[in-house]
Amino acid sequence: MMNRIAPFALLALAVALYFALPYNLAFLTRILIMAVLVLSLDLVLGFAGIATLGQAAFYGAGAYAAGLFAIHAWADPIAGLVVAGVAGAVLAFISGLIVLRAHGLTLIMLTIAVAAICHEIANKARDVTGGADGLRGIRMEPVLGLFEFDFVGQTGFWYALAVLAAVFTFLTLLTRAPFGLSLRGIHESPERMAAIGTSVYWRRVAAYTLGGAIAGVAGALSAQVTQLVSLESFSFTLSAEALIMLILGGTGRLYGAVLGTLVFMFVHHWAAANDPFNWLFVIGALVLAVVFFLPRGLVAVPTALKRLGGQNAGS
Amino acid sequence: MQGLEVRGLSKKFGGLTVSENIDFDLKPGDRKALIGPNGAGKSTFSNLVTGILPPSSGTIRFDGVDIGKLNEAQRVKRGIAKTFQITTLFRDLTVRENLRLPILERQGRGFAMFRRADGNGETEAEVAALIDAFALEPLADKRVADLAYGQQRLVELALTLALKPRVLILDEPAAGVPSSETHLIVQAIEALPPDLAVLIIEHDMDLVFRVAAQIVVLVQGRILTEGTPQEIAANAQVRDLYLGGHGHD
Repeated sequence: MMNRIAPFALLALAVALYFALPYNLAFLTRILIMAVLVLSLDLVLGFAGIATLGQAAFYGAGAYAAGLFAIHAWADPIAGLVVAGVAGAVLAFISGLIVLRAHGLTLIMLTIAVAAICHEIANKARDVTGGADGLRGIRMEPVLGLFEFDFVGQTGFWYALAVLAAVFTFLTLLTRAPFGLSLRGIHESPERMAAIGTSVYWRRVAAYTLGGAIAGVAGALSAQVTQLVSLESFSFTLSAEALIMLILGGTGRLYGAVLGTLVFMFVHHWAAANDPFNWLFVIGALVLAVVFFLPRGLVAVPTALKRLGGQNAGS
Repeated sequence: MQGLEVRGLSKKFGGLTVSENIDFDLKPGDRKALIGPNGAGKSTFSNLVTGILPPSSGTIRFDGVDIGKLNEAQRVKRGIAKTFQITTLFRDLTVRENLRLPILERQGRGFAMFRRADGNGETEAEVAALIDAFALEPLADKRVADLAYGQQRLVELALTLALKPRVLILDEPAAGVPSSETHLIVQAIEALPPDLAVLIIEHDMDLVFRVAAQIVVLVQGRILTEGTPQEIAANAQVRDLYLGGHGHD
């Protein structure tokens, strides 16, 4: 039931926030972009069970690919998304061939290493990427040739929301398909999946590649909307924050990824505005509370409330 | 030869030999049991045959073809499947989903991305037939984690049969099953297709003597003897080494 209602409720909430916070559209758009990144992580970690702290590698690859494509080739936003998706997918496929041979802590360390290598390459290739100054000079054409990116950020918001909705729909179909079921199987028991004739390694590579493509799309959105790509796109902090958002919302549910992003970003925004030096305490406390009381994430709130209600009725 | 043909199979872990020069045949319709004390190398032998472990030496042929170089998944596709000693199911999935997965994989639909997993009539008919055959209808939409252990063992067997194997290795199918539920396992094994080659690795001698037509005794990685249940029960060496001097009545 929740699986059916939640996406529409979140969509309605996004529209409501657009009207409620008309002067914070850049912030709202950033939430939408992060939600796309966290959705990509949900596919990789929540469904396929691949522990990673390097999802920013594909986000950054997509951001730089879209930025460079817009500057040197074609500034059409949709074409940029495609190029970024391909860039993220190619990097995820190549790195996945290596890192997915490892498991556990080794795998996590390798994913971090991939993102760190990408960060350093972007830093050194100053002539191409702008190095530490970032990639500037990105000027996008109107979306679909109709909607100019405006100073207030209205087009950016609706564009990011449309891409998020498309990614969400794609992932919903994917996770309901045999491929998605097999990823859940691999997450639960890779040994059993091998014993029913599945090439677990290649299935994981496929999921990792798709996750890379979606993260690349998120990076492209960021590049196109902000018209800037910085080295932070490859940062460990971005990967770690995406993971925290996913854990906060709940893994393997898709809408948990969106919910977690929304809550994290709002708490972050509010806490940083009130105490720019100690806002991390608030985030830390929030994560601790969720992990202790709602190990399945915020998506488990209705179930927890129902159980609490049942206990009260019984006592 | 049709079926499984193992010759000179050995496995060493460093200096420790756990399987030594094993010759073993399993033909269509066979009902063989592999018994032996703890540490005899029974599970290692099963893992060597299914490709989970690579052998140190020896050959494994299936229908006359050397399958020694194939990995586990490739051997499953050839028709060699096993159940696990410790139940290894998809605990967060329903019984129906657990059965759907191996069928989709066998049908080559496991990679499909843009159609519903439950949207294929042929697949769903097979799922329904298995649920019916194992009388799992009341449990079909329950999470496997919520089932009793005996029921989980049944799902494990049904899941493996969903692969339509030609050789089925049952690694301690009654392990951990309460005695009140063991009859479910026995019934399920007795109802297996008659042309299926079955190898049962089991400690429960009652179960072994009920379902096996031939018994192979493994001791310290080597085959000690092979024979009918009556011959094994009467074998003095087996009684001394494995049955502790108490034959099976």
